[in-house]
Formats: sequence, C-alpha cells, structure tokens
Amino acid sequence: MQIRNGEDLISLCREKKLPIHQLMLEYECFKSGKEPAAVYEEMRSHLLVMKKSVYQGLNEKLTLKGKIIGGEAKKLQRRSQNAKPVCGYTMSRAISFALSVTEVNAAMGRIVAAPTAGSCGVLPGVLFGLAETFELQEDRQVEGLFTAGAVGLVIAKNASLSGAAGGCQAEIGSASAMAAAAVVEIMNGSPEQALHAGAIAIKNLLGLVCDPVAGLVEVPCSKRNVVGTANALTAAEMALAGIESAIPFDEVVTAMYQVGCALPPTLRETSEGGLAVTPTGRRLKKEILG
Amino acid sequence: MKEYGVFDVIGPIMIGPSSSHTAGAARLGLTARKIAGEEIKEVVFYLHGSFAKTYSGHGTDKALVAGVLGLEPDDERIKNSFQLAQEKGLLYSFREKDLGEVHPNTVLIAMETASGQRWEVTGSSLGGGKVRIISINDLEVEFSGEYTTLITFHQDRPGIIADISAVLAKYKINVAFMRVFRLNRSANAVLIAETDEDISNAVLTEIEKNAYIYLAKVLRPF
Ligand code: SF4
Repeated sequence: MQIRNGEDLISLCREKKLPIHQLMLEYECFKSGKEPAAVYEEMRSHLLVMKKSVYQGLNEKLTLKGKIIGGEAKKLQRRSQNAKPVCGYTMSRAISFALSVTEVNAAMGRIVAAPTAGSCGVLPGVLFGLAETFELQEDRQVEGLFTAGAVGLVIAKNASLSGAAGGCQAEIGSASAMAAAAVVEIMNGSPEQALHAGAIAIKNLLGLVCDPVAGLVEVPCSKRNVVGTANALTAAEMALAGIESAIPFDEVVTAMYQVGCALPPTLRETSEGGLAVTPTGRRLKKEILG
Repeated sequence: MKEYGVFDVIGPIMIGPSSSHTAGAARLGLTARKIAGEEIKEVVFYLHGSFAKTYSGHGTDKALVAGVLGLEPDDERIKNSFQLAQEKGLLYSFREKDLGEVHPNTVLIAMETASGQRWEVTGSSLGGGKVRIISINDLEVEFSGEYTTLITFHQDRPGIIADISAVLAKYKINVAFMRVFRLNRSANAVLIAETDEDISNAVLTEIEKNAYIYLAKVLRPF
C-alpha cells in the first residue's frame, strides 16, 4: 500500500470502498506491523490527552500562564455564557478550546503536537467543539484523528509541517486542513469532500509567515490556532455543501511547498521578521529574554 | 530514515511549549541519563546556538534537568524540575558554549554520577521532538534513540563486530542500523546497533563476555 499524495489516498479509498480514516488505520498497521486494536488504542490515548488540554484552560480554578499569553480561553468562555456569540455556539466553543490548548502548551502542560506544538490547538478545538454540538461519540473523534493524520502525512511527504521550513502556513495551515478533512468525515462526507475541505483550508492560509515574538510559541501562534480552527470549520461546511476546491488538493500542497521555499528566512521561525520585529515585539523580547 | 507514520503527524504527546526546544531537550536529557546509566549527582549543560539564546523562554533548561532526573518527555512534572532536582540533591548549571559546526539546537551534557563516573553526551534537537546523539565522551557517534540501541565500548580489534552480530543473530534480534566509531587506530571504539527487537539483559550479559568489550549498554526507546 502506498500513499504518496492525495490522489493515492482517494483511489485507495475508492478501490477498497473505505473512508480515509479506515484506510489510514490499515496503512498504519501495514507500516508498523501492529494490530489494528493497538493502533486504535494509541490514537485514543492521544485523543484523551487532547481532551484534558481542551478543558484545562477553561477551568476557573487553574491559572495557565505562558510568558506572554494566558487566561484568554476563559474570557471567551465567559462571554459565551453571558452573551450570544457572534460566530455561533459551535465556533465559539471550538475557538475557546483551541485557545485553551495553546495556553496549556505555553504553560508547559501536556499536549499533543498536531502536527506541531505551535499548532496544537486546532485539531482538538475543532473536534471537541463539534463533539459538544453534535454529541459525538468518542469513536467518531478517534476516527477524525485518523482522517487528519492521513492528510497531515500527505502534506509532510509533499511539502512540510514545520514553520522553520515552510512558514506558519505549514503549521497552522496544515493543522487546519487536517481538521477540516476530519470534520467532513465525521459528518459523513466522502473522501473527495474531505480533500476538498483540506485544499480550501490550505488555500485560505497560503503564505502565512512564521514570526513568533521572542521566539516563543505564544504570539501570534495562540490566536492563529483560533483562525486555523475557524477556517477548518468553514472549509468543512463548504465541502459538505458540495463546494469544490477549484485547485485540486495535491496542487494546493505543491503550491504551499513552493511558497514556503520562496519565503525569506526572516519569516521562517527565526523571529527576524514580521510581528517579531515590530516595536512591541522587540520590547516583549527584551522584557522576557533580557 | 523511518517512513512517516500517523503518529509522526498526530503526536508526539509532549510537554510544551516547543517540540524542538522543550520536547527534544527533555529527550536529550533523558537519553544522556540512560547512557550514564545511574543517578546523576551533578550536571553541567553547555548550550550551543539557538539553545543558548532562548533556553529559558522555551523551558529548555527545565526540560534538560527533567530528563537528567529520569522524567519522560511527556511528564507534567517537567515544569517543576528545578524544585525536583533540589529535593533529589541534583546540582545543575547552564553555560553557553560554541560547540562548533553542529545543529543550532545542540547541548553538551556533562554528568557526574552517584558512583563518581563522568559522562559527556552531546546531542541535537532536530525538530518535531526528534533528536540525534552526536558524541559520547570523546567519541563521535550517531543515533536517534528511536530504536532499541546497543552501545558497546571496546578495544578496536578484528572480530569484535562479528562476535556482537553473532550474539544478536542467535537471539533473532534484527539489526536496523549498525555503525562503528573510533577515535584513532588501536584506541577505544564504540559500536552502535539499532535493533527492531528488544535486547534483554541476558543478551547484554552474553555480549559483555567478550574480553575486549569494556562496557555494553542498551537504551530502550521511550
Ligand atoms: S508563527 Fe511560527 S511558531 Fe507560531 S504557530 Fe505559526 S509556525 Fe508555529
């Protein structure tokens, strides 16, 4: 079994009449020599870590502080309790979850890199936001992680998942594409629709630069997880409505790779450009690192 | 290079905030500790490049100390590792040092163990929580710690590698990678074998029977 790109993924799904998540489970067993039950269980343990991190930042009794960020998730939660969220309840919950996870990360808590630590909030944000509204069973969420994993794998093989190599589009953009595809399959969309959602999600974040203030995974990273989450939900909604990406998934991934290569090093995690070198960015750096 | 698996993308489970500066550092600390093989009394971390510049911001320092204390990279106690070190009586310090032409996220970990042995382990954090050990004491080596890893320190003589291979073969342990490193002719050499199967202590004892092997260790993946 070979999964080199999105096309392989789709043709294998068609041939075996399987959704992406099931194909991915088979593929992982094939590659690792492990039993399906063991692989599934390992993925479930990842989901459980996500679950804890999603609620940790919303716990009023806990204080999560990074060097710059902290407490934002709770603000969102309080607002959604006291006012009707402008972006709807599912979205409002999903983004507070996403923020929570990034705060856990910044405060040296336990998270799942998905695909990276910088973008760790998107997938759990989306999965648990959806779970609340649709009362999803845990199984469906684990399946969503396999769908997301398949998309991430294809991106890793054909572009990059690291901000240092490809800019933030590679981290938040990839996380968003992974989450979008997961939502589509959880909502019973087809593998084709899942990849359209992934393609749309990447297109909308194409070119996003990596410019962390003081080199820390906090600003702008935390709030970019929010945009990755919202973007995943909107891309999935479009794909589920039958809207297709005009540019096919594989071509979008190639474009992301090329854009990443064209980004100057100052905008690839070196903190030598973008927000990192704004007057406030520099001041924060000085305050934190001396 | 391993083919990507699903858990390279959904994972690792780690302590934040940074896979290269925190998770990788924790992994390097723990690998060093496992190489030393016993409690550490005192440790000095020589930080190079990006590690030297940003170590406190990312908790690289706490992660390194946690690793040397024996904590796994996903242990939530990492953020309190300084306090833990104090409780356990581990002395630690950090120095910036130019380690030469190495990866920007590199650290030399100089340890003194409870029984008074000295170990120097140098390793780099490559991103995504992945690491590479590049030297042990004065010997240049190269391994990731993702496999079960056999390390032997031996006198560089003909037949040693064949002997070690024979023991591994006898117990049906498949070698994924094997490399030998040495300082110069007639001096100490190190053999690193990364295997698919676990190497039990019994197998290790059998390997150590060879008179020219001073020391053999197995690092198990974590
Ligand atoms: S700005 Fe850079 S460090 Fe922050 S999330 Fe994006 S890619 Fe990661």
